[in-house]
Amino acid sequence: MIVQRREALVGRVLLVLLMVITVLPFVSLVVTALHEPGTYPEGISWPDSPHWGNFADAFEAAHMGTLLLSSLLIVAGVVPASLLLGTMAGYAFGHLRMPGHRAVFLLFVLGLTLPFEGILTPLYYQVRDMGLLNTRWAIILPLIGLFMPFSVLWMRAHFVNVPQELSEAASVDGANLWQQFWRIQVPLAVPALSSLGLLLFLWTWNQFLLAIVLVDDPTKRTMAGALGAFQGQYGTDIPLLCAGSVLILAPTLAVFLLFQRQFVTALLQGSVKG
Amino acid sequence: MSSQTQQAGGAAPTTASAPAPRRRRRGGRARWTGWLFVAPALLVYAVFVLRPMVVSVQYSLYDWDGVGASTYVGLKNYSRLFTDSVLSHSILNAFKLIVFFSAVPVLLGLLIATSIRAIAASRLAVVARTVLFLPQVIPLVAAGIVWSWLLSSTGFVNQVLGWVGLGGVTRAWLGDFTFALPAVGVIGAWVLLGLCTLLLLAGMTKIDPSLYEAARLDGAGAVREFVSITLPALRQEIGVCVTVTVIAALASFDIIYISTQGGPGNSSMVPGLEIFYLAFTERQVGQASALGVALMLLVLACVLPVQWLTKERDE
Repeated sequence: MIVQRREALVGRVLLVLLMVITVLPFVSLVVTALHEPGTYPEGISWPDSPHWGNFADAFEAAHMGTLLLSSLLIVAGVVPASLLLGTMAGYAFGHLRMPGHRAVFLLFVLGLTLPFEGILTPLYYQVRDMGLLNTRWAIILPLIGLFMPFSVLWMRAHFVNVPQELSEAASVDGANLWQQFWRIQVPLAVPALSSLGLLLFLWTWNQFLLAIVLVDDPTKRTMAGALGAFQGQYGTDIPLLCAGSVLILAPTLAVFLLFQRQFVTALLQGSVKG
Repeated sequence: MSSQTQQAGGAAPTTASAPAPRRRRRGGRARWTGWLFVAPALLVYAVFVLRPMVVSVQYSLYDWDGVGASTYVGLKNYSRLFTDSVLSHSILNAFKLIVFFSAVPVLLGLLIATSIRAIAASRLAVVARTVLFLPQVIPLVAAGIVWSWLLSSTGFVNQVLGWVGLGGVTRAWLGDFTFALPAVGVIGAWVLLGLCTLLLLAGMTKIDPSLYEAARLDGAGAVREFVSITLPALRQEIGVCVTVTVIAALASFDIIYISTQGGPGNSSMVPGLEIFYLAFTERQVGQASALGVALMLLVLACVLPVQWLTKERDE
C-alpha cells in the first residue's frame, strides 16, 4: 500500500533525525577534545592538527587509574549487598507473605519516589557522627539504603510469580526455608537478579550528589563525582575538559555497548517499576 | 512490576497483583520466619533513609547553623518558602522545568513513536534502541558538561543558528537571565526524549494490529486512529513516562550544578540546588531541611495523582 510506504519513509526520516540529535553532543565532545589545549574552538570543527595527546594529558590530570579503582570499589560495596538484601526481602514479601507484610512493604514503596536532596542534610550529619565522612563508606551505605525500595520491589515482582508448589514440594523433602531460598529460589531468580545488578551498577557509577557532599577527595568518589571535580579544575581549558569527559565516559559506554540488549531491556523495565 | 505482569508500577503498586493460590497454613513459627528475611533490608533502609526523613522534619523546625546551639522556630522555615523570593522562585522554576522535562519528551515521544510504529521491527529501529538510550547511560554530569559547551557563545547551537541566518539571536544561552532556565530545560529534554520514545514505542507494539486495520477500513485518518486507538491503549506507558520525567524535573540537581550553578542571579535556581547551598555554604540547616521536606511532599503530590489516573483498572 502506498500509504504505508510513505508512512514508513516519514518514520525512518524522523528516527534518523532523532538519532542524530542524540549522537551530536558526543561527536562534539570527541572533536573538541582534539583541539589545541587552551583554545576555544568554534562549534563543531575538525582541528587542523588533531592533538591526540590531550587524552594522555587528561588521563594524568584526572588520575584515571585511581578513579576507576575507586568507582569499582564503591560498586563492589553497593551492588552485591543490595542484591542480597533486596532478594531476601523480595522473597519474603512476594512468596512467604507473613502476617503484617503489607504495611512494611508499603513503607518501602514510600521511598521509591524519594528525591535524594530531601534527606541530604540530615544524612550529612548522620554520616559525620558515624565518623565516615570522606570515606567510601559514606557513599556505599546510604546508596544501599536508597536503592533498597527499588531492589525490594523488583525482586518481589519476580517472586510473586513463582508457584507456591515449588516450596511445598521442597518442604515435603525436608528443606527448611533457608535451604529452599538458596538452593531453589535464588538460582531461579538469576535473570531478574542480573538485570537489577546492571541497573544498580549504572546508578552507582553515575551517582553525583552524594559523592560531592559526603566525600571531598575526588579520588575516593564515583566516576560522576570525579567528573564534577575535574570540571571545577579544568573548566576553562575546553579541549582538555572534553578529553577528560571522554575518558570518564569511556568505561560506561564500553560496558553499555557490550551488554546493550540486557541494558535496554533492564532500563525499559526499570522505568516501568521505578 | 515487570512489564510481564502487565500493571502500572511506580509509586502505588497494587499488592493485589497476580493472586497466588491460598497457601496451606504453615505452623505458627514458620509463618513469622519471613520477617528474618526482611530484617537486614529493613535495617539498612531504616538507618539511611527513614531516620534521615524523620530527622529532616525535626531539623526543619529549628534555626541551626550546624555547629552551635539551635533555636526552635516552629513553622517559620516553612512559611519562608512562600515569602522568601529566592525560595519561592526556586520552587516555581521546578514547575517550569516540568514543561521541558515532561511535556516536551512525552508529547514529542508520542509523535515520534507513532511515526515509527510502522517500522518498529526494522533493523534501523533495533540500532535506534541502543542509540536513543545513550543519554540514559551517561552520568547527568557529562550531559551537563557537553551541553554547556554546545550552548556556549561560540558553541555548536549558535553555529547552526548562524548557518540558517539567525545569527542575530545567538547568545551565551546559559548566561542569559531569560534563557538560562529554558536552556537547562532543553538539556533535560534531550536526556529524557529517547527513554520516553522507546517506552511509548514498546507500548505501541503490544497493541493488536487488527484494531488499526479495522480503523482503516472504517476510513479513520491518522489523527482519529491515534486518538481512538493509540492513546487509550498507552495510558499506562504515558503514566510511567510522566512519573519518571516529573521526578527528574523536581529533583533536578546534577545538570544545573554543572551548567549554570543556578545563575545568572537566581534565574535557574531549583530546590535541589538551593538545599545544597543552604545546607553547605550558607549553613542554614533548618531552612535547607524544610525545603527538603517540601520537595519530598511536592514529588508525592505530583506523582500520586498520575499513578492513580493511569493505573490499570481491574476489569
